[in-house]
Amino acid sequence: MTDNKSQTPKQLTIISGKGGTGKTTFTAAFAQLTKDKVMADCDVDAADLHLVLTPKIQKTEAFFGGRSPVVDLAHCTKCGVCTELCRYDAIHDGVVDAFACDNCGLCAHACPEKIITMEDVQSGDWFVSDTRFGPMVHAKLGIAEENSGKLVTMVRKEAMALAKEKALPWVIVDGPPGIGCPVTAALAGVSKVLIVTEPSLSGIHDMERVLALTEHFQIPAQVCINKYDIHLENTKQIETYCQQKGIEVVGKVPFHRGVIDAMVQGKTVIEREVPEVTPEIKRLWERVMGSGLHS
Amino acid sequence: MQKEPVIITVASGKGGTGKTLIATSLTLSLPEGVQYLDCDVEAPNAHLFLNPAWKEEIPAGIVVPRVDEQVCTACGECNRVCEFKAIVVIADKVLVFDELCHGCGACSYICPVDAITEIQKPIGIIRKGKARNGTTLIQGLLNIGEPMATPVIRNLKKEAAAGIPITIRDAPPGTSCPVIETISDSDYTILVTEPTPFGLNDLKLAVGVARQLNVPVGVVINRADAGDDSLYTYCRDENLDILMEIPLKRKIAEGYASGKGLIDILPEYRDKFIDMFEKIMGGIRP
Repeated sequence: MTDNKSQTPKQLTIISGKGGTGKTTFTAAFAQLTKDKVMADCDVDAADLHLVLTPKIQKTEAFFGGRSPVVDLAHCTKCGVCTELCRYDAIHDGVVDAFACDNCGLCAHACPEKIITMEDVQSGDWFVSDTRFGPMVHAKLGIAEENSGKLVTMVRKEAMALAKEKALPWVIVDGPPGIGCPVTAALAGVSKVLIVTEPSLSGIHDMERVLALTEHFQIPAQVCINKYDIHLENTKQIETYCQQKGIEVVGKVPFHRGVIDAMVQGKTVIEREVPEVTPEIKRLWERVMGSGLHS
Repeated sequence: MQKEPVIITVASGKGGTGKTLIATSLTLSLPEGVQYLDCDVEAPNAHLFLNPAWKEEIPAGIVVPRVDEQVCTACGECNRVCEFKAIVVIADKVLVFDELCHGCGACSYICPVDAITEIQKPIGIIRKGKARNGTTLIQGLLNIGEPMATPVIRNLKKEAAAGIPITIRDAPPGTSCPVIETISDSDYTILVTEPTPFGLNDLKLAVGVARQLNVPVGVVINRADAGDDSLYTYCRDENLDILMEIPLKRKIAEGYASGKGLIDILPEYRDKFIDMFEKIMGGIRP
């Protein structure tokens, strides 16, 4: 292997559009198969990778996602200026509805009594951990907190810094579902994306949207079809669609209950071998990571 | 069946547990005329099960600022008040980053020379159609490359008719802003999960969100025989109603894959969904 110290680590993000297609199961398998990497769990509002990788936390840092209005209620004259201006219907008689509030600060600037201030709020934590497969950066967003995109960016940045410091050539990112803010944050500027889909109409629909997103950001994408044998016609449809778009289908993994059993035991499908599934995931990994990098 | 209008949200924490399957099957089991809001605007799927004829398409947008350079003095006040760094003054030039803008109006409010006006910027669309079982389906769809789903959900909720006896909201996965926007002001939330460590972990988060929002919850366990007991122990300890259990069956997975609802695959589920609805209504409107 060449000297990686001076090189920027490559980033692989695993996403799906639709939730529950097997992103985290595949990411955990990749964590075991890829020797030199840092793992990053960027599904920060429903993080699950830690349930398989069981990280031992080495460092915990508070995450401040933004500022929120704090009202000195004792001096509020209930003049109603803030209520009238707020576009989120989030402040009444000086009381802020934290769920409705967008933290824009307009109330603080408009208050004639100057009794509303914007203050930093901790909206989660992020961690640097050791796992049986190497270092991992992950996070926990507080319940009903905002700014998950910002936290995703933070997790990725820290994972990159750690990979650089340890001269590891890869960062593997477990991405969130959907196509919105946290997904954009998990994708921006990565080397390549693996899309895990399934042959259901929902899976196909959401894969098309996520492929449109990777195209929009001009990030090379590959597709893998999980539970491909649930609906062979739909699988064929996915393959045809990808072929037309010039997207490589890098793997087709069959449906098997053993995958769920592995998850229940907190093991990867490499550790708890599922003969029908494991070899195909290994082949998939080889194709995704390319030859020559990991001999 | 019931008198006052009711809004029931179907959410999950973890994606892919069967939210849309449950929400559409419930809709198809109820009497005709349910209003169905597909609030999973990043990845909406309900139309694949409800087969609507789309009738109307409405742009969904947010307002973003535009600066009149003739009037602007580059004083930097807008830059100072913007919490999202969406408007920046560099060397006498004002730059607006639309994709960072939340449309809050703080910049136009603060501008001392009234140089800022607002324009509507589309970030998605709302579609309305008539679907199976007389269902009014309203779907939000976030444009590709747009980061903010929540304003589309807000638009979607505004397009919903008030006073419809039963409204079902299909929520996005997760626990952050878009989920909160969907659950808030619902009368009840059905949380769909599976008895795996992932399902349990994310259910706990979703229960936390619903409780903070003061919305009562019940649990539907999908693939009920696929995992272990810890989910059941959690539900018992937390006093959570288990509304329905659906076994892991290849037949269901195959039917789902081709856009079939649970009651199309296993007709006996129709009665189970009606019982579930009655149970929910009995709990919130005794």
